[in-house]
This record gives sequence, structure tokens and C-alpha cells, in this order.
Amino acid sequence: MKNVLDVLLIVALILAALATVMSVRLIRSVIGLAVTSVLLTVIMFRMDSPLAAVFELSVCAGLIPAIFISTIGLTARTAPDDMAALRRAKIKRYWLLPVLLVIVAVMLTRVVLPHVEPPLATAEGVRDILWNQRQIDLVGQVVVLLAGALGVVVLVKERKNEA
Amino acid sequence: MKPEHIPLFCLFGLGVVLTMIVGMYCLLTTRNLVRALIGLEILTKGVTLLIILTGYVSGQVGLAQSLAITLIVIEVAVIVVAVSIVLGIYRRTEGIDSRSIREIKG
Repeated sequence: MKNVLDVLLIVALILAALATVMSVRLIRSVIGLAVTSVLLTVIMFRMDSPLAAVFELSVCAGLIPAIFISTIGLTARTAPDDMAALRRAKIKRYWLLPVLLVIVAVMLTRVVLPHVEPPLATAEGVRDILWNQRQIDLVGQVVVLLAGALGVVVLVKERKNEA
Repeated sequence: MKPEHIPLFCLFGLGVVLTMIVGMYCLLTTRNLVRALIGLEILTKGVTLLIILTGYVSGQVGLAQSLAITLIVIEVAVIVVAVSIVLGIYRRTEGIDSRSIREIKG
């Protein structure tokens, strides 16, 4: 039963990613991206990673789609008569992707992984690792976030001669 | 890796590869800049799943979670800056087509 659920989850994840990429309307792509994130969150919960799963759910399924939707709202809308042409172009461009996925899946299922026994590892607490062993990562995160915030301020700021 | 984890690793490893192919294909074929960012997001989802999967099968869940959280934070910063660049391009060219960037100078 557990394996069946795993298979269903991974198939749903790939289908959601495919739907995200292949949908004609951008807003549907963003919704597909959020669904992909939710499915990834469920997989993370099942793999004993609840903290990362909560991050994934709140940030990748909440914040990032909101950013994308506001971007789509700020940029031009597609006229309804353009949609048919867009759909045709989309089919022309993406028909190869499902075929490619099936070929790769068939090829990979024939590969058998060698059994390697690694040294015994312990499942330590994520807080302990994040705060005591990987402080540089934390500093890096703070720097990246600050750089991102400053970058957005600089890029979005309107210049006086443009206004 | 414990023997009972090998089928799980194979199954989710296949999922990782296919998700990354979807994201990469989108990045390579699309001309819409917002859709390219969506492709980048899907590619990152594959990487996140790979980190969590390797942490789970090797028994180092804590380390994998901390790396996944770092990845998510960096992903957000990258997306936010990239979106603001897209908006800047839209202001200049009135479009979000990647071909319009060719005309930008300076």
C-alpha cells in the first residue's frame, strides 16, 4: 500500500510538472506550479522532512505563485484570438516532451543500481545541524536575502528622468 | 543505503530525472521569460526532491532538510530578482519575449 502511494505521488508530481509546462495560459502554469509544490510537500512529509516540507509549502506553493501572478498581472494580457495560434505553437513545440519522458523512463527502469553499504549515519535534528554545524549556510541565506531585497529595490525603482 | 530503501530510491530517482527533464525542456524551448522562470522552478523542484531523497536513504535527514531550506531561500531570492528583471524588460520593450532582449544595448 505504501509503495502504491509512492508511485501515485511521483506520477502525480510528473504529470503536474508536465501540465505546468504545457498549459497555454500563464496563470494555469502558475497554478500547476503550486500543485507541483504541494505534491512535493507531501513527498517530503513522507520522507521524514517536516521542516523542509513546511518551508516548501509556505514559500514555493504560496509566496512564489503570488509573485508570478502579480508579474502576470503587471504585464500584457493575450488577446483571445491569439490563444488559438498560441495553442498550435505550443503543441508544435512541446509534442516531443512526453515522448522524451517515456523514453527516459523506460531506459532508466532497465538500469539496476549497485548495492553499496555506506557508513552508518544518524538522523540528527535539523535545528541542531542548521544552528550548530552549518552556520555559514545561515549567514549565506541572510546575505542572499539581503542581496535579493536590494536588487529588487534597485531594479524596480523608477529613475527620475523616466518618470 | 539499506536494501529496503533501494526500490524507493529507484522510484523517486526516476521522478527526479523526469522532473528535471521537464524543467530543462521548458527552459530550452520557451521564449516567454515568465515561463522560463517557471521552468527554472520545476528544475529546482527536482533538485529539492533529490536532496530530500538522498538524506532519507542515507539516514541524514537533518542535514538534507537544512540544505533543502537553504535551497528554497536561495530559490526565492533568485526568482524575486529575476521577476524584477523581467518587469524591467517589459517596461523597456513592452513585451516578455526573450527575443526582444537582443535589441537591448549597454
